[in-house]
Amino acid sequence: MELLWSAIEVLARWDVAAALLVGSIGGVLIGAIPGVGPAVAIAILLPATFSMDPIVGLTVLLGIYGSSMYGGAIPAILINTPGTAVNALTTYDGFPMTTRGEARRALSLAYSASFFGGIVSVIALILFAPVLARITPMFGSREIFLAALLGIILVVIAHRGQTLIAAALASFGIFLNTVGLEPVKYTRRYTFEQSWLAGGIDLIVVVLGLFALSQAFLLLTGEDEKTRMTRLRGGLFQGFRELARHPRIASVSASFGVMMGMIPGVGEFTAQFLSYTYAQKTSRRPEDFGHGSSEGLIASETANNAVPAAAMVPLLALGIPGEALTAMMLSVFYVHNVVPGPGLFQYQMDFVVALYLALLILNVLVLVFLLGATNQLIRVVNIPNRFLGACILVLSFVGVYSLRNSATDCAVAAAFGVFGYVLKRLSLPIVPIILGMVLGGIMEVKLRSSMNRVKEPLDFIDRPVAFILFCMIVVILSLHLRRVWLDARLRRETRWRIEHRPSRFGAHLYRRRQYLRSERGKALRRRRAAFPARPGDGG
Amino acid sequence: MRHEDDPTAPRGVPRRGQLLFAAGFAVFAVLLAVSYPSQTTWVENTKWAAQPGFWPAVAVGGMVLFTALHAARLRPRRIARADLAEGRRWAAAAEFCAWFLAYVFLVPLIGYVFASAAFLPALTWRMGYRTRFWLWLSAAVAVAVVVLFKAFLEVKIPGGAVYEYFPAALRSFFILNL
Repeated sequence: MELLWSAIEVLARWDVAAALLVGSIGGVLIGAIPGVGPAVAIAILLPATFSMDPIVGLTVLLGIYGSSMYGGAIPAILINTPGTAVNALTTYDGFPMTTRGEARRALSLAYSASFFGGIVSVIALILFAPVLARITPMFGSREIFLAALLGIILVVIAHRGQTLIAAALASFGIFLNTVGLEPVKYTRRYTFEQSWLAGGIDLIVVVLGLFALSQAFLLLTGEDEKTRMTRLRGGLFQGFRELARHPRIASVSASFGVMMGMIPGVGEFTAQFLSYTYAQKTSRRPEDFGHGSSEGLIASETANNAVPAAAMVPLLALGIPGEALTAMMLSVFYVHNVVPGPGLFQYQMDFVVALYLALLILNVLVLVFLLGATNQLIRVVNIPNRFLGACILVLSFVGVYSLRNSATDCAVAAAFGVFGYVLKRLSLPIVPIILGMVLGGIMEVKLRSSMNRVKEPLDFIDRPVAFILFCMIVVILSLHLRRVWLDARLRRETRWRIEHRPSRFGAHLYRRRQYLRSERGKALRRRRAAFPARPGDGG
Repeated sequence: MRHEDDPTAPRGVPRRGQLLFAAGFAVFAVLLAVSYPSQTTWVENTKWAAQPGFWPAVAVGGMVLFTALHAARLRPRRIARADLAEGRRWAAAAEFCAWFLAYVFLVPLIGYVFASAAFLPALTWRMGYRTRFWLWLSAAVAVAVVVLFKAFLEVKIPGGAVYEYFPAALRSFFILNL
């Protein structure tokens, strides 16, 4: 209780209140505009938050992260275009509801499910915080190294079908982090005698290029989408009543969101997939899924909104971000000399609980805002894409230039913007690059410090947590290799089937004619000619 | 086996341009690998994990290995006309890259607010929104962005060279807020 009071004291400031308001409303707006997304907004706002207190800056960023998914559901339901990537599953059931005139019911259900997911995850994590505070001191250098390694492996494996290129891009991220002056031996690495490379490549420059500038280029080179807005009728509170009729699906989906959010590299998509599959398999009407099922909508929206709070766990407890947005938030900690990790849970628990309380308040603010302003909010969906692209270009400039007032940084960001544009055009993953950069740095530091106390290779895993993490890595890699082997077998079988099937219609007719001309074919036709004629046959 | 027959291929991923990208990335990775001896240093009496060249070796090795494996799995293995068209599409982004760099170049000269108020309407015009409404809206958005970030959020963007010619009171106001 004392902890709760001290956390409330941390939050009881006008600037935190303003940050909560700006973060929540800004996040909803950003989420509601297809083509922007929280990653772009956080990347742009990141340097601006450096001058704020850590709690204020993080509240703004958390606000955008947590509330963008609420906003993202609006275009997903109304125009079949997800506002943020994680709202893609919402279109499956949300848009069919709109087409049959139930747009407001779908929105109301999405808001209430999101609110439930957000609140459940925050409460679960506040209750879980004392347990974490006991576990985190068991994490030393080698455990954090292994956890970071596990995170990077999970990020790569999560891109099924693109694992190899995801691994190559994660390696590229690790490489980017090594460029510049090495901090221990002071030797140069891949600077090519260029003074601007000696300081290294800044994470924020890369993030802004890969997320914000690339998105601007994508919008500017694309075409405006033509949207047809549906009129909203009915109340927005009916969703809560409907949600109350599906407590099992809502609670299981929230649990999936919390669990998947805590595992680095897994995140919203897996949580949504698991909860949607669970809801479909246990539903009395599984055939409705994908055609406007309220259960499907509840499953996807509850799961994705339960993730942001949970995703803060590896970041706060171990200093290991699980995905790109928390990786960006890590830089806010570093700028203010607040080192996330075991020490944070031990010595600054009030700060951690304050962050969770901020998320709790944020969910309430967002819900109140949405219930009152949805009719006005849906107009932002109509902002033309290419105009939006031009605005993102102007906003990206602030993000990059305000870091060091360096035109070189802007040129580097522009280069990464083009690279990110290419990746987006090819649907290749960007997140492994960012996590490679962040986790690569953590792995380098932690491996170096942990190897000082290791004499033999097995000493590295002689502590229980290190051993468990090592076993997890081995199991995950084994499962992945098994999957690769099964995929290869499936490909071999498919190839054999393709090679041995009559693939040409002409060849098929030729074989048929040859058969009919053969003695056996003639005998068959003679026998059939003796059959009595069926009624209705000509002649 | 054709890509569309492969049951393990990711769905919704375009094929055009994949080979071009893989080839380009592979060349980049190989160039990094070739320059590894000259761009890293081996320090005597230091453990392998603490060698400055250890992590670059891991990273560049990973890039070469995984890109090669990725490229080997791609089908078809010849660059088609669609790949080249996709390459031209990538080059189209260079125009907006140039717009952005021109904006970066202008800010220290004519000041953040004037550069923004000129850049955004010009780009809006270029994108085909040529009515008075869009041009005024873009100018208003540009000024709003400047005021929000520089005056309220106090981000560090230096004043333009042109501000030096302003009267003293106006100059300090512009340097601080716009």
